[in-house]
Formats: sequence, structure tokens, C-alpha cells
Amino acid sequence: MASAPSPDPGPSGGGTALSGGTDLPGPHDTAPDLGFEYHPPTVTRSAKLLITGPFGVGKTTLVGAVAPLVLRMDESMTEASVGVDDLRGTPQKTTTTVAMDFGRLHLNESLVLYLFGTPGQARFRPLWEGLADGALGALVLVDTRDLDHSHDVLDLLEEYGTPYAVAINRFDDAVEYPLDEVRQALDLDGSTPLTVCDARDRDSCVRALITLVEYLSARQLESRP
Amino acid sequence: MSGPRRDPDVVRPYVRTGGRSRPSRDVRLETLVIAADSPLQGLEPDARRVFAVCRGGVLAVAEIAAGLELPASVVRILVSGLMDSGHLAAPVRRSRADAPTTDLLKEVLHGLRSIA
Repeated sequence: MASAPSPDPGPSGGGTALSGGTDLPGPHDTAPDLGFEYHPPTVTRSAKLLITGPFGVGKTTLVGAVAPLVLRMDESMTEASVGVDDLRGTPQKTTTTVAMDFGRLHLNESLVLYLFGTPGQARFRPLWEGLADGALGALVLVDTRDLDHSHDVLDLLEEYGTPYAVAINRFDDAVEYPLDEVRQALDLDGSTPLTVCDARDRDSCVRALITLVEYLSARQLESRP
Repeated sequence: MSGPRRDPDVVRPYVRTGGRSRPSRDVRLETLVIAADSPLQGLEPDARRVFAVCRGGVLAVAEIAAGLELPASVVRILVSGLMDSGHLAAPVRRSRADAPTTDLLKEVLHGLRSIA
């Protein structure tokens, strides 16, 4: 297989409209063929957060709401395909190309934050090594209409030791459950932050990210001897 | 004799990176690089494209992958090779450890609060 399925088109069903806002051309826009700007020369450091969750939960929507521009890159993933789509029944590996969306946010003149939309289905495990490595933490988006599909991603986060906070993406037609019930259904640790956001709304997404980073910061202080 | 169907992508990343399957150094998707003042001569076509695009300014590995439409894993390997050969460098020498520091988290927090 060499197709490039988007692991998460988001609740709007989009996936081709990659521009989440305006990214005004600046003095550093010296390579028009890239389709986006270089960083200003003062940018020397980067940090990474994962935006993850099950298929269709709104990961790309959130990245687009927060970052001025959503970019798409391809990643190749090698997986054993036996029993899935191998007609011969012989064990072999296939390489699948997965499209992943990400955004960047300049937090001050030297630091850029990357938000990587990270597919949370178990079958994307091979992608996680490169994504989780160096990530400060992850924001897990969940849909209360379909909490069962969130267990895969929580398992992956535990496996990779990536600290996380959970945000319920409030869909218009979803029933509002008390947070305690959602916490229980997801079997979340008492210290794991659980918040509510609207992936289309910038302010609520930024607040959810702040909740995550506050937690990461407090967690790191506690773990110091 | 008919062997199993081969996906061209199985072969391509390997060939594209000169036979390497892993980066030679810690190069992540968010790693920032910029071209050093080195000649293009002697570089393989894909490495040449990566180096050429990095001459324009600071980019992260993921952005090089997006801009050149190359798989990110391939770009990681090409970038690590180009750093080994001195064609690419980090924008400044970084002194912080691999593990995130409290200061970086505080800085991210402060930055997010400033845009909230």
C-alpha cells in the first residue's frame, strides 16, 4: 500500500483545507516553493506537544485553531501485514505512508512550539517512536459519544511514558456527561487533568494546552529530589 | 518465479538514504537546522534538495519533510548525515539536556499564557 490516508480528517470532515488561518508573508519568506515561511533567524529552540486521540476526534481542527498554519507531512510506517490484507497469507512487511498534520507557534522570539496531530489508533504504533521521542507531553482529545475508542491512545501513551492531559472535544450533538463519569469511563488517574474544549475555538484550545503544560510543570517539580 | 508483490516505497526510503535505516544522531521531527556555508558538490539528489532548502533559513525536520514532500523518516536520516558532514547545523549550540527542563516548561507555559 502506498496510499496516504489522513488518519484524522477532524469533525468538520475537512482534510484538504490545510490553512487554519492567515500566515502573513514576512521578510524571511525567501523560498516561495516551500509554501510557508522560514523561521525568523532569532528562533533557535523548539518544543513539541502531541495532539492525539481516536480517528475523527478533531486533532487537526485543534491544531488549525491554535496555529496560524497547518502543514502536512508524510511518514512511512513499516508494519507486519499478515492477516490483514495479505492475500497469500505469508508473513511480510508492508510500508504504509501516513499523512500527518502539524502546526507551529512562536512562543517568544527564540522558541517555537510544534503541535503534532498524532493518530491514536493502535495500528499507528510504529509512528509513535519518532513522535513521542522528545515530546513534552500530549493532549488527548476524546469524544464522549465514543469513549471506547480512546483506550488505544491511552495505552500508547502509557507504553511510551508520555505524560498527558485529557480534553473532551465538545461536539454540538453530544450529551454532556459529568466529568467524574468520563474520568471513570476512561479509567483516568486522579492526578490526570480532564478538561473540556471546543476544537474549533482557539481560546478554549489554548486553555486546554495551558492546563496540560501546568500539569507537566507541576509534575516535574514533584519528581525532583 | 513470482515473488511477493513489492511496494516501491519499501525500497525507496532505503535507497534514498544511501542505505542507512536510522539517523546517525538525535534528529527529531522538531529539530531545527540551518545550512552551513558548504558546497553542494558530491551530495546525492535528495540530500542536495534538503541542503538547498535549508539555505533559505531555519527549518524543522518536519517542515523540510512537508516542503519537499519526502517521508519524515527519510528526512531525519538525510539531515543527520548532512549534520555529520557539516552541511547543516543547529541554529545555535544547545546546552540544555535532552530531557525537558523545568525552565523550558515554564517558558512554554508563559508563552501560551501570553497568547491566551
